Amino acid sequence: MHKQTDFQSRDEVLAQTLMERVNRLGRRLAEEKGRKLKIMEVCGTHTVAYARSGITDLVSGYLDLRSGPGCPICVTHQQDLDRVFSLAGLEDTLIVTFGDLLRVPGSFTTLEKEKAGGGRVQICYSPLEAVETAARNPLAKVIFIAIGFETTAPAAAATILQAEARQLTNFWAYPVIKLVPPAISALLQKGNPTGLDGFLLPGHVSTVLGSNAFSFISKSGIPAVVAGFESLDLLMGLYTLLKFIAEKKAAVGNAYTHVVREEGNETARKLIGRCFEVEAETLWRGLGVIPESGYTLKPRYAEYNARQQFITDVAAAETDPLCICGEVITGRATPHECPLFSRRCTPSSPVGPCMVSPEGACGAYYHYM
Amino acid sequence: MCLGIPMRLSSIENNLMATAETMGVKRTISIQMVPGARVGDHVLVHAGFAIERIDPAEAAERIELLKTLLEEPV
Repeated sequence: MHKQTDFQSRDEVLAQTLMERVNRLGRRLAEEKGRKLKIMEVCGTHTVAYARSGITDLVSGYLDLRSGPGCPICVTHQQDLDRVFSLAGLEDTLIVTFGDLLRVPGSFTTLEKEKAGGGRVQICYSPLEAVETAARNPLAKVIFIAIGFETTAPAAAATILQAEARQLTNFWAYPVIKLVPPAISALLQKGNPTGLDGFLLPGHVSTVLGSNAFSFISKSGIPAVVAGFESLDLLMGLYTLLKFIAEKKAAVGNAYTHVVREEGNETARKLIGRCFEVEAETLWRGLGVIPESGYTLKPRYAEYNARQQFITDVAAAETDPLCICGEVITGRATPHECPLFSRRCTPSSPVGPCMVSPEGACGAYYHYM
Repeated sequence: MCLGIPMRLSSIENNLMATAETMGVKRTISIQMVPGARVGDHVLVHAGFAIERIDPAEAAERIELLKTLLEEPV
């Protein structure tokens, strides 16, 4: 192990040693297989964190890190984006959204353009701000765009429950919430077409669901490890996964034990269960229709469901035929394989969501690779 | 979007809301998903909600495990 100098923290020394281990083991495994190992970082925040930390680049000689369907905005179908954006053009509506969505291109507009054109669009950090906005603006029809995965669902549920408790009649939520395990199942349904050697599982979806929620992956014979997001977490997740691959251990490991429990956070899941139910089928970008892969509001909360209460006339969705976001978020291609990447599609002028979402793979590659 | 920020609870308003801070930044957050949370606890905050307590014993144990792991021959 490295000797600690006066200038280095314990974590830095550990990270350096761990990086060397990852290098040695990764190279050995790639040599044995006669090819690079292919690992999917399911979570978009992981894609960004591995790229920004420099790890993606450092391991690129022997590891092919692929993005997965784990950036909520990127996996949202163009048709759903169009419907959400059309709400900003309705009379008296005030859209409350996470900032991530502001510049994402729909077929015809963005929320940013709608705002510039006079539409009322407000950015929130916590969904609870939408309830405050509704209370302060009784004449406005406040619609919170509940976009995200299992991590965000309990916060969205708590927000709807608070609107109910405060008896607000001018608050709605537009649910665009997707579930990660069914998306991984969908990827594995046709065998293992992308030839994956391992999965890095999303740390914060697992915080809510528990690492056990992913145990079904083991049946595919592919090892998987839950990882966190700080430098040591990223390396420890990767090293644990490489060890599983070396040992041919098709199991689900947890390298984020100080946050993620096997059984997850039951209180958070109970909150979800009070407001949401799994819908029969959900449409994903890149993956098509996946059964039981999204949440909608329970019938009891139908009056809060903006998807049912605000029906807008939206033309058929249009996407640029050259954009390969759908392939990027399913691990079938890397951003560099896209003909538009860094040419016609850049963060200041994005063609697809993967370039402009803060968790999008194309944006991460543009900035850090 | 599934970004989580570790923060320390500095005061508790009621069983729903608390003040949390990290690196000098203070935020009012919801603690309804971490029942029993106390001042001084570290929590992981996502979209204004603490979604889990960070277990300090596990964090320390993990560092020990990591050190042992790195002593092993490759």
